[in-house]
Amino acid sequence: MLETNLLWLIPGLPLLGAVLSGLLGKPLQRRFGKKAISAVSVLLPWASFGVAAWCFIQLPEGGSLHDRLWTWIAIGPLEVDLAFAMDPLSAMMALAVSLVGSLIHVYSIGYMADDEGYWRYFSFLNLFMFSMLLLVLGDNLLLMFVGWEGVGLCSYLLIGFWYRDLVNARAGMKAFVVNRIGDFGFLVGLLLLFWSLGGEWMDGAYRVNGGAFSLNFRDLPDLVAAAADKQLWGVPVLTLAGIFLFIGACGKSAQIPLYVWLPDAMAGPTPVSALIHAATMVTAGVYMVARMNFLYVHSPTAMTVVALVGAVTALFAATIGVFQYDIKKVLAYSTVSQLGYMFIGVGVGAFWAGSYHLLTHAFFKACLFLCAGSVIMAMHHEQDMRKMGGLGKTMPITRWTYWYACVAISGFPIASGFFSKDEILFQAYNAGSLMVPGWIIWLLGFVAAGLTAFYMWRSYFMTFTGPAVSVGGHEPQEQRPVITVVLGALAVGAFAMSFIGIPALWLDSPPQLEHFLAPVFSAAEGLERVFAPGAGHGVEWGLMGASIGIALLGLAFAWWLYRGRKSELPARLMAAMPRAHKLVYNKYYVDEIYDTTAVRGFLGLSRLSGWFDSKVIDGLVNLCGAAARGFAWIDGAIDRYAVDGAVNGLAWLVTRAGGKLRRVQTGRLTTYLAGLVAGVLIFVILTRFLLDVYA
Amino acid sequence: MEFQTTSWLLTCLIFAPMAAMVLIGLLAALGPLLKLPRPAVDHGSRVLALLGAAVTLVLTAIVWLGFDSSMPRLAEMQGYPHLQFVQHAVWIQAFNIEYFVGVDGLSITMVMLTALISFIAVLASLPWGIPKDDHKHFSRRGVPGYMALIMLLESAMLGVFCSMDFFLFYVFWELMLLPMYFLIGIWGGPRREYAAIKFFLYTLAGSVLMLLAMIGLYYASDETRLIDGSYAAHTFDMVKLAVENDFSSMALVSPKLVWLGLFIAFAIKIPMFPFHTWLPDAHVEAPTPISVILAGILLKMGTYGILRVNYTILPDETIWARYGIAVFGVINIVYAAFVCMAQRDLKKLIAYSSVSHMGFVLLGMAALTDPGINGAVYQMWNHGIISPALFLIAGVIYDRAHHRRIDGFGGLARTVPEYTGLVGLAFMASLGLPGLNGFISEALCFIGAFSVFTVLTIVAASGVIITAAYYLWTMQRMFLGPLNEQYKDLTDVNWRERLTLYPLMALMIVLGFYPMPILDLMKDSLHELVAPLARAAGM
Repeated sequence: MLETNLLWLIPGLPLLGAVLSGLLGKPLQRRFGKKAISAVSVLLPWASFGVAAWCFIQLPEGGSLHDRLWTWIAIGPLEVDLAFAMDPLSAMMALAVSLVGSLIHVYSIGYMADDEGYWRYFSFLNLFMFSMLLLVLGDNLLLMFVGWEGVGLCSYLLIGFWYRDLVNARAGMKAFVVNRIGDFGFLVGLLLLFWSLGGEWMDGAYRVNGGAFSLNFRDLPDLVAAAADKQLWGVPVLTLAGIFLFIGACGKSAQIPLYVWLPDAMAGPTPVSALIHAATMVTAGVYMVARMNFLYVHSPTAMTVVALVGAVTALFAATIGVFQYDIKKVLAYSTVSQLGYMFIGVGVGAFWAGSYHLLTHAFFKACLFLCAGSVIMAMHHEQDMRKMGGLGKTMPITRWTYWYACVAISGFPIASGFFSKDEILFQAYNAGSLMVPGWIIWLLGFVAAGLTAFYMWRSYFMTFTGPAVSVGGHEPQEQRPVITVVLGALAVGAFAMSFIGIPALWLDSPPQLEHFLAPVFSAAEGLERVFAPGAGHGVEWGLMGASIGIALLGLAFAWWLYRGRKSELPARLMAAMPRAHKLVYNKYYVDEIYDTTAVRGFLGLSRLSGWFDSKVIDGLVNLCGAAARGFAWIDGAIDRYAVDGAVNGLAWLVTRAGGKLRRVQTGRLTTYLAGLVAGVLIFVILTRFLLDVYA
Repeated sequence: MEFQTTSWLLTCLIFAPMAAMVLIGLLAALGPLLKLPRPAVDHGSRVLALLGAAVTLVLTAIVWLGFDSSMPRLAEMQGYPHLQFVQHAVWIQAFNIEYFVGVDGLSITMVMLTALISFIAVLASLPWGIPKDDHKHFSRRGVPGYMALIMLLESAMLGVFCSMDFFLFYVFWELMLLPMYFLIGIWGGPRREYAAIKFFLYTLAGSVLMLLAMIGLYYASDETRLIDGSYAAHTFDMVKLAVENDFSSMALVSPKLVWLGLFIAFAIKIPMFPFHTWLPDAHVEAPTPISVILAGILLKMGTYGILRVNYTILPDETIWARYGIAVFGVINIVYAAFVCMAQRDLKKLIAYSSVSHMGFVLLGMAALTDPGINGAVYQMWNHGIISPALFLIAGVIYDRAHHRRIDGFGGLARTVPEYTGLVGLAFMASLGLPGLNGFISEALCFIGAFSVFTVLTIVAASGVIITAAYYLWTMQRMFLGPLNEQYKDLTDVNWRERLTLYPLMALMIVLGFYPMPILDLMKDSLHELVAPLARAAGM
């Protein structure tokens, strides 16, 4: 471990950008134009990338960098520092986030050029970079949670960026609230974990003040290992913690059952969809599980849950993607599906493969989204693919970068997506540590891969081939260099990422990334193999061939049905199975089901609580008041005749006082003063008098 | 154990606002005689109140700088947090009542909060920025009386937090009630009389219970000596009641009953379910600065009282009741959050959110662990920063639109962007967004409580979802979507509002990333406070 004082700059610089353009952006933009904002908010993320690269170079072999700012929280046994750490995993993430993020900042210069909220947009985007890098580089779980919710906030702000349209505002709110459900899980997982680590067990009772909590990722593996036997409610506590943390990951990374916010999140500006809802934020859940690998390896149950949810989501979202017409919605469901793959990877114990797919996906999916953004701009904010077509001729750069990204996502062995996806599928097939046979997971992923190839090529053919459309009387034009350069860069990135993951099957050495990340995932080596002893080279070759085969099949189908937009077949096929089509087209009615059950129930409960509070609880209070007043009235009636003008019961007196006060409020200062002095005097005299009597 | 007089500073601090009150009174009385015009008198009293609050703030800063949070425990002081800046003298010899003030880590945190929030409340009471023709605005009506009452209120609140003699504590407690009653009842909204009376009677009912409990404890206490060495058959000295007396075998009444009496008295103030319904009414009717004080400081007196009195004087009964405290804490958190969802009035929503957030304090303190109790007191502090900001925010919109119906706005972000940003920040702090101060105290409460009340804590943690839902829904209905044309000429926050809001906003951010100045201040004292209980509870 090497001490440094640079790491804080990586999240710190974007934060500076966010503060500057947030506080001064509006006057700056008015005075100096949008260039002034770009100068601050685009250059600072690049600077952050530069620092990250510099730190990466300094990273010791198999070690980590550490940068402590100050003690954040120190209470009794709990001690948490505000500190950053960079190990191979967070180095990979920080580089990817800052590079892709900076590229998307550049793209945004073009995409947001005509928006009056330019400064606000860049402030939010910088704030997102800060939160995301904090999440990645934070040295302990609690700090990670700050980044975790910080990105959620930025996501909310940016989805609802065009807030004047209520639909966008609603989508933002949905994203935040669904994420909060996940965060609740994360929080409980966190608490379970602390609880299992700190203190000691005596006579079956937990002693909290004895032990020390440490939440540093460095110390956690040993502490977790020591807690492996602890149980809560008859379940190993690490399993519980793992599952609850995974609920958090489901929220952030849009997995079943909490994926519903992500398709709606497409309401935000397209660069935001690319950065937050494809390349970086949504992968935070995968990163978290990879980061906590030492926890998950202790619990086959939790890992099975992760892998299964990932596999089912991968297939489920892919089926929805097949029938979408909104180009961004296609990409959104594709993201949900690809995130499922990543969870398969980390869930079957192939943490490096999951992380690798995260990395490659960041490039090719960002590329896809930005191409879509380019198309949407050319089409004057039309997102329906049925109204597109033939754009390939006039938008060559967009077309070919989109084409290459499709190659990558559908898994042909000339792009990085092939290597990462295939490694995941092979590892899934090979998984021996789960509660279910690995081939089930593999099969789900395998089928989803075919669907992925189909719907991605479908979107490609529908958008870029066929007769050219015209918008507003002329043909859609290619975008400015500020946009196309970014598309090219991301496509190159999607290609370049291949080289760090070429499998041992092709070369004699293990993939470079696997070697690089190995120190972080050393705990995974101890995974017990319950089932299969591990498949050999022959099987690996076979699976690889099968993957390419099904991808080709998907491509062929898309070609056959959609190329040139000539075929009538798609419509005929849909007409042949109206019910099934309707069900899938309407996304299995999941949103509607949630609305009628959870949301309605929640609102109903709140209305019931409101009614109960004002009518029953407060009603009782008022009843008491009325009773007291009634009693006081009777009492007063008796008293008025018995003791003229005596104390008439508190309630009555005070009620009268209220009436009198209206007259007191004369605006004459002397009255107030006299009242005040008299009051104090009466108080002093009364206490004195009463006390004397009492003594 | 005795705490000898070491300083006059606290006395000066407590009575500085009262001195300002007297000066305002003099000005108001002499003004007509000297033929001063009314605006001059009004302005004079504003300046005097501002001065009084400012002097208090400066004195508080001096106490803060001089406070040694890590003062080593003396051997004979064990079992009670070390008091500093003590002034200790006999007040009423006949009843063994002493004038005994001092601060430990718990008190000083609350004193700092009181001085800060009171100053902000006085600032918020200035008519600066209110349209000239709005004569009915609370800041233009009966100014000297209003300012004098605020000063009296501040003195009483400071007194409560500094008193270490139970009788003195009770006197200040009652003294606080009067100005609050008048401030709501005279300067409040349309249903001010109902609200004021409800507040007054409710609190008074609690006070009666406290009085009885106090007298019960007094007569059950052992003989001792007063600070001047004279013999005393019984004592009101809270330190002595805590350290030298064991009430587990009280003769007259069960100590559990005494505990309950005290607890209910304090619970009304918090306010704890089901004693909370006075709060929304009081808040809705109170003028903005009074809401600020009510939410920022007054509610803290309930939890402060429980910690200061129930925890130290009746530890066994506290241990007996801790599950109950935790359960009610969780009810506060979750139930009030649901009620928040159903509110239509912005101020009422914020009032219920206060109820919800004070639940964390109950949950945290009931756990009897270090993280729990620190979380609880830090939550008191944080709520004391966040909820005043929220009420100021509600005041801003009410001053302009003259209503607070959440559904009655829409799309305001377009016309009042700065205000929207401030609201967003305050909402986020209140919903416990990590990185802002509220998160740290909530997390500490959860961490501290989880080992003791596992299931309850999980239920409480679900409150974070509901909280996010009601704040974001409010945000959406008021600020997002198409602009309500009626409010297209709304003006953004003015300088008075900035002066009151920005310091609080800055604290929310700074204390989220750097909370140790406050935590350091209190953690040793709180450990002293809770450690004996934790030991006795077998934890």
